[in-house]
Amino acid sequence: MLEIKDIYKTFNKGTVNEKRALNGVSLTLNDGDFCTVIGGNGAGKSTMLNAVSGVWPVDSGAILIDKKDVSGLPEHRRAHYLGRVFQDPMTGTVADMEIIENLAIAARRGKRRGLSWGVKREEREKYREMLKEFDLGLEDRMSTKIGLLSGGQRQAITLLMATINKPKLLLLDEHTAALDPKTAAKVLELSDKIISENKLTALMVTHNMNDAISHGNRLIMMNDGKIILDISGEEKKRLTVEQLLRKFEQVSGAKIDNDRMLLNAD
Amino acid sequence: MDAIISYFSSLNPLTLVLNLPGNIAQGIIWGLMGLGVFMTYKLLNFADLTVDGSFATGGAVTAVLLMNGCPVWFAVIMALISGLIAGLITGLLHTLLGIPDILAGILTQIALYSVNLNIMGKSNLPVSYRNYTLLLSASNITKAIIVGLAFAAVIIAAMYWYFGTEQGATIRSTGSNPAMSKAQGINIKLSKVIALALSNALVALSGSLFAQYQGFADINMGRGAIVIGLAAVIIGQVFGEALFRKRINFVIRLIFVVIGGILYYIAMGIVLWLKMPTEDTKLFTAVIVAIFLAVPYLREKSRTSFKKVAKANAKNSAAEGDKDA
Repeated sequence: MLEIKDIYKTFNKGTVNEKRALNGVSLTLNDGDFCTVIGGNGAGKSTMLNAVSGVWPVDSGAILIDKKDVSGLPEHRRAHYLGRVFQDPMTGTVADMEIIENLAIAARRGKRRGLSWGVKREEREKYREMLKEFDLGLEDRMSTKIGLLSGGQRQAITLLMATINKPKLLLLDEHTAALDPKTAAKVLELSDKIISENKLTALMVTHNMNDAISHGNRLIMMNDGKIILDISGEEKKRLTVEQLLRKFEQVSGAKIDNDRMLLNAD
Repeated sequence: MDAIISYFSSLNPLTLVLNLPGNIAQGIIWGLMGLGVFMTYKLLNFADLTVDGSFATGGAVTAVLLMNGCPVWFAVIMALISGLIAGLITGLLHTLLGIPDILAGILTQIALYSVNLNIMGKSNLPVSYRNYTLLLSASNITKAIIVGLAFAAVIIAAMYWYFGTEQGATIRSTGSNPAMSKAQGINIKLSKVIALALSNALVALSGSLFAQYQGFADINMGRGAIVIGLAAVIIGQVFGEALFRKRINFVIRLIFVVIGGILYYIAMGIVLWLKMPTEDTKLFTAVIVAIFLAVPYLREKSRTSFKKVAKANAKNSAAEGDKDA
């Protein structure tokens, strides 16, 4: 499904701010894999997701989705294959457009946008059903401007937008980090439900070790722009936070430096 | 004292009333220009300064084509297309060459000054209604108002339709949230270029109508156009929101851009009637626009500010002090 082959990315090359963000990352996700990504500050988690999304071109290496090399495609053309939810709830939706308009824009991802009406009548009923399943009470407020919603509601809508047409790959970039614990749990539960119901392949960056362990069938840990741990199957099911911390120290030879991650370790 | 009395007695209220229809006609024409500015400034979130040039281009193209015997409808359409190209150039400067929005607009604007001179051959060309069949002219103000309103109605309807389509929605989302737009597969460079081209086409159309109205095209007719366009947009917005509050919708906002243009010209009419020197009109325009741009900000500040908190707390602690004593 997703193949990342030895990608490298250095920011601000040749300046004092030079930063090797991705240092030979390779990863293959199988169909239906739900893989969580953890790692310290600046380990390259979000950078890897941005490389897959095509926010900028990689320095070298290849990214294949469904065996098709997408490394040369700009962001808006790669969007066809991807569903994305960002850390900042403001990023995923257009604040001064209605809920239904946002959904309609997402429903046309990867399609030609012509001069027919932006929201068709038959779409309204479809979106109402989808929103009803989300159980946020938004199905009767479809003409509300997104800007009037809470961060959690906006993030849920972004999740719906990302999966409204089944994407080849769902990218969740710390999408619950900016939410309060209760809302975060609800959005996470929603993500789980959508991924399993639609049998999506997904990559989820998180700083919460428990979430990383309890969600998905696979876990990777990154450090210094590399993947240093890749755990799946039965081994992942039995994994504990202590084991994970120990493994990290073994592999990287250092203590973990993500304060948020440690705070969320219990 | 005598000077003041003679000043006021020299003001004739009748002239103010008589000038009103002319102000309204000009306001409608500039309101069309304001609709173009609305597209870039409000929807695309792009401060496009091309308009000073493309407004004059619209007038220049119209005058030259009329002088060469072309029918007026053809001259107007060509003016529209010339504005489209001007906007296209600003768009390409911005998206292909990475020039920041304001600079890209200024570059096209300054280039258009030469282009406009080349089109006209000199700095001023007369297009009198006596010699040509025009769509509208200051000689028949009632007709000018009707023609202007007809254009406004058609353009507002077209904008309402276009920005409700799939393609139009991409322009709105690009202006409001480029990151989201890209993630949803929208080519934001393309939507910016389209919006700039459409906006400047509309501005050039307004320039064409204005040249016909005043009976000549002039190399300087677009100077400060962006400020007048902004005046129409902002004055319209302030009044529209005050009158309709939450019930305001897209069509009403568009209508209020034209109304904003009319209100601006009525204000200008009053200023001229008060015998303010004509060379000060641009100063006056700048002051009006600054005031209306400041209104939403100041209104917000009047609700909450550090000063208010300081004042309230000082008052409370003074009251407590009294109690203690």
